[in-house]
Amino acid sequence: MFILIVGSGRVGSAVAKRALDAGHDVSVLDSDPLSHERLDKDQTTTWEDAGGRFTVGTALEVDALIEAGIEEAEVFLAATSGDNTNLVIAQIAQRRFKVPRVVVRVADPARSEWYAEQGLHTVSPTQVAIDQASQLVLA
Amino acid sequence: MYVIICGAGKVGWNLARELIGRDREVTLIESDHARYRVVEEELEHAVQYGDATELWVLERAGIQRADLVIAVTGDDEDNILICQVAKEKYGVQRIVARVNNPRNLQHFRLLGVQPAVSATDLILRLIEHEVPEYGLVQLLALEEEHLEIIEVEVGQGSQAAGLRVGDVPLPDGSLIISVLRGGVGFVPKADSVIEPGDQVLLILDPGLESQITPQFAPDGAGPSGNG
Repeated sequence: MFILIVGSGRVGSAVAKRALDAGHDVSVLDSDPLSHERLDKDQTTTWEDAGGRFTVGTALEVDALIEAGIEEAEVFLAATSGDNTNLVIAQIAQRRFKVPRVVVRVADPARSEWYAEQGLHTVSPTQVAIDQASQLVLA
Repeated sequence: MYVIICGAGKVGWNLARELIGRDREVTLIESDHARYRVVEEELEHAVQYGDATELWVLERAGIQRADLVIAVTGDDEDNILICQVAKEKYGVQRIVARVNNPRNLQHFRLLGVQPAVSATDLILRLIEHEVPEYGLVQLLALEEEHLEIIEVEVGQGSQAAGLRVGDVPLPDGSLIISVLRGGVGFVPKADSVIEPGDQVLLILDPGLESQITPQFAPDGAGPSGNG
């Protein structure tokens, strides 16, 4: 599959590496060129030598999304540090570029729930933390 | 009428003042604490501290009973989100969003956040309006009606110059609605004659511009006839 990941932070870069290892075509878009280092970390080759793509650009810029391959993407992951950016670009991927599967990282549990009801696959790290921490605390 | 304004920058704060002065009930929401303290000195309980993109903050401000939500923060993503949530989750009848970066206007349109106001675009259009060398100026886009109003200058020796309004060949879906001549605008009749130097306002389906502008181009430059 061709997977486009926007945001090469801890989550984005880790998912990117797993996806590449699993044999998929992976393209990563991030506005910070230095975030590329996360993709190289702990790898035996560079990200590009391993077959990955990396584009420097702003998530909201359509030109950057197109350069990173959104028109061919089968899966889109919005994993920047901003919930609102993630929600907007996920909807752009879904509605304008008709990417079949769109996954969004949404820290805020309330927003995460609402947008999940609108048909986005949301992942809320905060909600996961709340559930796990509650379990441990209340055990 | 109950209005919620998100973002107490220059625009938001002044909007709040204006609306309060007109006896509207207003709540202004600001996420920067220092800013909030400054505004609170003047507006007191009319301003609340919080991130307006958080659902609980909007609910605390009473968004369920808001008639109008205005998103004028400095971040386009935030403005889009606030208006989307206001409209689709809370059923707010009217929303207005500010567009900071004109290149993001397409995203506001895609996600149904209208009207979206870009100060940069408004000023650009005013500049072009004053400087007719630009040829065609889009004055107004009516999103709901899927129509736009444009202004075109009648060039010297153009096909339209000297014609009666009723004889100007225009594609279906377009109409001349006003003529500006010598700084004075009037609504023409079918037999009003168009003169070189006139600025003609047309209302049209977007996309027909290329069939219209050749009629007004100077010295018949461009393809003849209409589409």
